[in-house]
Amino acid sequence: MKRKLPLLITFTVGIILIISEFIPHKPFGQLSGELEIWFLIISGFAILLGQLSLFKVNIIKIKFKQRDWQFYVVTLLSFIFMVTLGFLWGTGNSAGILGHGESISGAMGYKPFDFLFHNVYQHLQATMFSLLAFFIASAAYRAFIGRTVESNLLLAAAVLVMLGNTTFGVLLTGWLPDSLKFLHLPNVSEFIMTFPTTAGQRAIMIGAGLGIIGSSLRIILGIERSYLGGE
Amino acid sequence: MGKTKQIDRRWLFLLIFIGVALPLIFTIGLPLETSENVQMVYDLVESMPKGSKALISFDYDPASMPELHPMAKALLKHCFDKEIDLIFTAMWPMGVQMAEDIMAQLQDDYPDLVYGEDYVNLGFKAGGMITIQSMGKNLRKIFPEDMNGNNIDELPIMEGINNFNNISFVFSLSAGAPGIKEWVQIAHDAYGRPTSGGVTGVSAPAMLPYINEQQQLTGLLAGLKAAAEYETLLQAPGTATSGMDSQSIAHLIIIIFIIIGNINYWRNKRAEKKGGK
Repeated sequence: MKRKLPLLITFTVGIILIISEFIPHKPFGQLSGELEIWFLIISGFAILLGQLSLFKVNIIKIKFKQRDWQFYVVTLLSFIFMVTLGFLWGTGNSAGILGHGESISGAMGYKPFDFLFHNVYQHLQATMFSLLAFFIASAAYRAFIGRTVESNLLLAAAVLVMLGNTTFGVLLTGWLPDSLKFLHLPNVSEFIMTFPTTAGQRAIMIGAGLGIIGSSLRIILGIERSYLGGE
Repeated sequence: MGKTKQIDRRWLFLLIFIGVALPLIFTIGLPLETSENVQMVYDLVESMPKGSKALISFDYDPASMPELHPMAKALLKHCFDKEIDLIFTAMWPMGVQMAEDIMAQLQDDYPDLVYGEDYVNLGFKAGGMITIQSMGKNLRKIFPEDMNGNNIDELPIMEGINNFNNISFVFSLSAGAPGIKEWVQIAHDAYGRPTSGGVTGVSAPAMLPYINEQQQLTGLLAGLKAAAEYETLLQAPGTATSGMDSQSIAHLIIIIFIIIGNINYWRNKRAEKKGGK
């Protein structure tokens, strides 16, 4: 029963949702609408579950003093600190349990939560993302070596797209006459992106789409049961 | 195969740093050409009559701010200039703050904008694609209140907005999932609303198949370059235009290093062959 009931629920819900796509009338349309609302409610709880899971995972790592456990302490303390600030004075125009904290907001320019969000979190995330520029540059230098025909093609495409996406592309071939405009670097870059790249992407998308249909059917029909946990 | 001799990557890091930092301080103003996808987005906004209502979804967080914020700012400017009313929402929790941040930046340029009349922020709702699907059926049921807790029945901008049929176009500023793909599949494919979006440069190839004859996507703003092109179309150069100089020089440095890497490789290979003989 412990496994049969979830399988039965999955099957019933899956079938109702599939039918409602083809027959969007009563009762299927109404049922699918209700199920969507249920999903949104469950999604809300999923956020809470995620937070609890964050706690559990980090506490275990700290408890057993796993490698770099100090970082997990920082994660937890930061989390608790931000949540506490949010609870006390709220965020944006929403009040916390102590109200809007006008005196603190007046001194800081923002509510404490928003102050840390704008002045710490935002910049930390932007910094992490910006660091990618250095790693991509290093990776491109090491990876784009013309060893084989395929790697030469990749190399040529990468350089052309990169040049086409910079203002130098416009400068380098902007002088070309109209009859040779197809060789203008931004046009070459756009051609590569629009045709070979998009064709490849479409193939991937169609493959992924078929895969999703297959997996969904396996779940609805109870063949795939790994989501239930256990073996 | 012998190991290729390579330049210490710290030199590359240093050059990239200089290449990115200097143009931000001393703007060069390299020329830009408008691509077709950017022009399509611009034309979509231009074609909207005064008083149209657009749904703008902020589906990104601070990590993607450097790329997506400039295009968000340019798009919002264009919409406000055209007197299009904007309804903000977010499929990412921190998208709400992104919208707030943009509006704070635009406050000086548009001091007469009234919250609740010219724009509204409905806030974040978990659920991704299902949320979008439910919004399409009944937006008021999914967002009975805006992010500040105001009843949407009391907000003039929300008058007559029940579902996607009452929205002129949808625009998603997206850094991943849920984002532009989900908006296309529901807002355009299921409800036939013109849908467009802006993405980071790295995720653009995955979105290009949606720009097709069915116009699943009406144009696309891809990365900082597209944002700079949009600013050029608006004749309002901003952070994207100045950032493009940095991006161009960084790309040029990468290309130069790729060439150096290949020269090294071929030189080593030839030396190995000679040594082998």
